[in-house]
Amino acid sequence: MTFKLDLSGLRHGTELVKRGFAKMQQGGVVMDVTNAEQAKIAEEAGAVAVMALERVPADIRAQGGVARMADPVKVLEIMDSVTIPVMAKCRIGHFVEAQVLESLGVDMIDESEVLTPADPFMHVVKQGFTVPFVCGARDLGEALRRIDEGAAMVRTKGEPGTGNIIEAVRHQRMIMGKVRELKGKDDAELAVIARQIEAPFYLVKEVAGMQRLPVINFAAGGVATPADAALMMQLGSDGVFVGSGIFKSNDPEVRAKAIVEAVTHYDDPKVIAEVSRGLGEAMHGIEISTLTKEQRMQERGW
Amino acid sequence: MKVGVISVQGAVPEHLHMSRVALDAMGRKGEAIAVRRLDDLRSVDCLIIPGGESTTISKLLRKFGLFADIVAMGMDGVPIMGTCAGCVLLAKKGGEQAERTGTELLGLMDMSVDRNAFGRQRESFEAPLEIEGLNDPFPGVFIRAPMITSAWGSCRVMCRHQGEAVMARQDNVLAMSFHPELTGDPRMHQMLFSLV
Repeated sequence: MTFKLDLSGLRHGTELVKRGFAKMQQGGVVMDVTNAEQAKIAEEAGAVAVMALERVPADIRAQGGVARMADPVKVLEIMDSVTIPVMAKCRIGHFVEAQVLESLGVDMIDESEVLTPADPFMHVVKQGFTVPFVCGARDLGEALRRIDEGAAMVRTKGEPGTGNIIEAVRHQRMIMGKVRELKGKDDAELAVIARQIEAPFYLVKEVAGMQRLPVINFAAGGVATPADAALMMQLGSDGVFVGSGIFKSNDPEVRAKAIVEAVTHYDDPKVIAEVSRGLGEAMHGIEISTLTKEQRMQERGW
Repeated sequence: MKVGVISVQGAVPEHLHMSRVALDAMGRKGEAIAVRRLDDLRSVDCLIIPGGESTTISKLLRKFGLFADIVAMGMDGVPIMGTCAGCVLLAKKGGEQAERTGTELLGLMDMSVDRNAFGRQRESFEAPLEIEGLNDPFPGVFIRAPMITSAWGSCRVMCRHQGEAVMARQDNVLAMSFHPELTGDPRMHQMLFSLV
């Protein structure tokens, strides 16, 4: 061949590469793990990625105190133990924790309300990072504010560590309901909505046209059973995060596999019935109304 | 023409969309469907195995009984294209990572492929590619991409990036370590459909 290739064109950390990473996770399950052994169980069960943590949300909730980024030793131990991508959490607004996680080489950073927020004014400005971010959202406005800051993926906040799916369902319905509401509206009408939901007009307009979020949108916060995971998929989630739901259950290996299979065949009740049989006890769980506003992690961030 | 995109996990909507764009560009009548069941698989004229996580896709193909039929279709001459994880699965030999995770490969191409050979997500990149049979560069999008470390028999390397093989063809089967479905460029899909 004769034409000359310009290799100066090699570019890292572009929007396409960051959002593309999230697209590869579609139809998959990301599992919270706290050590190498759990990470291997997750990989063996068919997880598309693991979230490296020191404590799962249920334990963070139970123990209280300030929850921070995991010890780098822990993150590296988990990165060394599996071949699938490894994600890790930084506190809301804690851009130095994010810098540290990027330098360790994690594949995606979750700027997460599960940890104690670090900045009362701002989330991390995510555009400058080479590594992609995922952020939680309760409604369309919040999702679009995160995307405007550079999030390459969003997820429902749900109510982490409760094993109770109602909040994740609420957030998914809030997001998708608003997306559908935008259909057929003209620019002037969209501008009004953009102001109401405190989101940039350009993103509201993009969503109105696409009739979906411009990035991958996962379910998170309260998924405990294969049926929970399939419910979120039927409500339009692109995939599922399972936090405490797997390793706080009786038989994590079997439950992890069952949730993976339920996500692939989310619209086939026969498969969900099959994989739901004899799973042992799910995590005990918490009724949301017993939590005070201060105890609700979803209230963190804005 | 009926195009099937293996739909157990990964970038399925993007491949369905790009398949429709490519069919339009070629002026060919056809449809693109997501394949999760055996009867769907058996109905298609060509097949795409998308990017995603190869460990996950391999397990689910086996679990849901699609694995053996995909191999049989490939041997029968049905055109197949694998991108990224799909490229890994088409290989006869996986590298250390595929062995460590016990990932079962379809083995339709005489090549060895190493997973995540360019590094982790931080090292993922875009770069223009010079591909055999194309007049202009193709926009390469590499995400935790694999690398073709050797090819033998009738498997032929069609593209190298900085000296490393990133695309190969063996008769009716195409494999590439990058993601044509994430670009706006339908030429890889057109290349597949031209084999039908």
